[in-house]
Amino acid sequence: MNSQRSAWWFLAPALVVLGVFFLLPVLAALALSLTDYDLYALADIRNLRFVGLGNYWELLHRPLFWSALGHTVYFVAVGVPLSMGASLGAALLLNSPLARCKPLFRTALFAPVVTTVVAVAVIWRYLFNTKYGMANYVLDLLGIQPVDWLGDPHWAMPTIILFAVWKNFGYNMIIFLAGLQAIPPDLYEAARIDGASAWRQFRHITLPMLKPTLLMVAILTVSGYFQLFAEPYVMTEGGPLQSTVSVLYLMYDEGFKWWNLGSASAVAFLLFLIMFAVTVLMVKLSQRGEHPDGEPA
Amino acid sequence: MTHGPRPRRSRRGLWLAAIAVGGALLGSCAPAPAGHELTFWTIGREGEAIMQLLPAFERAHPDIRVKVQQLPLTAAHQKLLTAFAGGSTPDLSQLGNTWLPELAALHALEPLQARVDRSTVIQPRDYFASIWATNVIDGTLYGVPWYVDTRLLFYRKDLLKKAGFDAPPRTWAEWRRMLAALSDPQRHVYGILLPTNEYEQLMSLALQQPGPLLRDGGRYGNFESAGFKRALGFYVDTFKLKQAPGITNVEAGNPWTEFGRGVYAFYLSGPWNIGEFRSRLPASQQDDWATAPLPGPDGAGIGAAGGSSLVIFRTSKHKDAAWQLIEYLSQPAVQQQFYDLLGDMPPRRSSWEGGALRDDPKARAFREQLEQVKPTPPVPEWERIANEMQLVAAEAIAGRLTIDQAAAEINRRADTILAKRRWVLDHAQPDLAREHTP
Repeated sequence: MNSQRSAWWFLAPALVVLGVFFLLPVLAALALSLTDYDLYALADIRNLRFVGLGNYWELLHRPLFWSALGHTVYFVAVGVPLSMGASLGAALLLNSPLARCKPLFRTALFAPVVTTVVAVAVIWRYLFNTKYGMANYVLDLLGIQPVDWLGDPHWAMPTIILFAVWKNFGYNMIIFLAGLQAIPPDLYEAARIDGASAWRQFRHITLPMLKPTLLMVAILTVSGYFQLFAEPYVMTEGGPLQSTVSVLYLMYDEGFKWWNLGSASAVAFLLFLIMFAVTVLMVKLSQRGEHPDGEPA
Repeated sequence: MTHGPRPRRSRRGLWLAAIAVGGALLGSCAPAPAGHELTFWTIGREGEAIMQLLPAFERAHPDIRVKVQQLPLTAAHQKLLTAFAGGSTPDLSQLGNTWLPELAALHALEPLQARVDRSTVIQPRDYFASIWATNVIDGTLYGVPWYVDTRLLFYRKDLLKKAGFDAPPRTWAEWRRMLAALSDPQRHVYGILLPTNEYEQLMSLALQQPGPLLRDGGRYGNFESAGFKRALGFYVDTFKLKQAPGITNVEAGNPWTEFGRGVYAFYLSGPWNIGEFRSRLPASQQDDWATAPLPGPDGAGIGAAGGSSLVIFRTSKHKDAAWQLIEYLSQPAVQQQFYDLLGDMPPRRSSWEGGALRDDPKARAFREQLEQVKPTPPVPEWERIANEMQLVAAEAIAGRLTIDQAAAEINRRADTILAKRRWVLDHAQPDLAREHTP
């Protein structure tokens, strides 16, 4: 009994911090999402109306919300596999015994992660300028018609995906590299003696041994990519024709640009529900047909 | 707290810092014995220029010290609202006149009419009438105009002359003819640059129409009026006829160089671009460009009344000192100095009668247009409505909506945005109504 009480005392500081800085704001935001808190309510609290689920109802009837969700899902569905593929590929190359100057390449490939989004986005905007950009210059050399990268509603999102993948793949690459280095070399040795090809070694040793790492990276990347904001904010400002407005961008506009905190909170909770569902689904899928034997994560 | 002595990296330095911080905290509670310290927020580049105007003010008022905080334009709106919510607004601030209705709706601003009545410096009749009117919300004056902004035409004289036009256009019909003559989509040459994500151009055309943009005291949109449809039609046609490229300002990148190269013969923009063109175009091209009042359906010179005002916050403890600073900055001589430093155009007619402004041919079109500018609707939601207007207009440019469909859609969105305003107006609290009357 006494030891239990002292355990609570040890937990208390962490619980207080969590409660004050996490639980309380979340509850406040939930309450806010049930009201029409806006500029007028900020001026005089008597202008605040309780609207129940009205904000959610309106959002679900707003075409912009659905198109923002569509853009976000597009970004996640294309961006996450691309980003993880690039990370894994780079990690495999770096981990190969044939690779030379490993520290140099590791640093070079990781460099985009530590750059500032805004500064880099400005450079990418120049690279993808329709008229003077390097991307179109290269296409021109190959005899391909120039592409209106950031001005065509169909091309803007792919350009942003390209930018985001380039910016982020280095981070996961380092995690994969650590995962690869943790695989015991005797497994590969045994496989080689048995005459397994490089592809079979990858398929039957590397992938299964990397699975926990892959799952963790996938979950982190998906939840990170669902929160797409900075890239369109600095590259396209949501345009052209709102084709790069993401859910978080919509929330930012509602909340901080137009000060409709009620409906902005509703956007936040809808996004939370969606991300929660997707994460649960991913964990469930990865557990299917597998014994819960507690593999090291 | 930031003006205490800088702590040295020693224990003594830390103690000094602690005392300084404590002193600053105490000082902010008690009335300062040695005069007033004013906190003045500026937005954008104005903050740098004002630093050079303040020493003279502080010499004339030894009991007042001014602390200037520069806010970047992109963060200013958010910072002002957050400061209001947190009760930490400055004594006075620069405020764009489309943001003024918002802060006035929050009751954050001090009414100024009584001070203006007593003032010997600030003469309302000397100010451009529409610019002054943007500071009057529901009959109460909340700001004094500081500098003005209206969008008009920058054009290439030499290109127009080559195409056989000796004078800039005065009417839309003339303008259309010139745009047609100066555009050649095959060579990627366009009559004009109208970035599709900026609402100021379409808004300027819409303000030239006789009807208001909102009706019933700002309760509903008036975008299905014949006037607005005409403006929208003219705007969208310019893109359909390939007289303007359908690009945003992100892609336009460096419009000044493109203008110099002759990619665009017209550029619809504001006063700060006089300085930009002077510094970015080579000396040999300086005689090739000029400014002209914005062509209208029937005649030139009507545009949007933009700019920034100086406001005092209601919670300020140094309102008299803040007013003295506003009076100082409103003197014609100081405004002329301000123009020399930054190119911001003064809102007073007498400020235009001397200094560099009087004889500047590039500024003349602005002077002409400022007499006829029209204010934007004085509702807090205006900026959002204008944004939505432009988003829908961009859809029309892309051919996804007809003019009628676009006008109806803008109206629908405006009505939705104004729903809360209608409710507040219909349930006006009696004491709110009283606060609004001067």
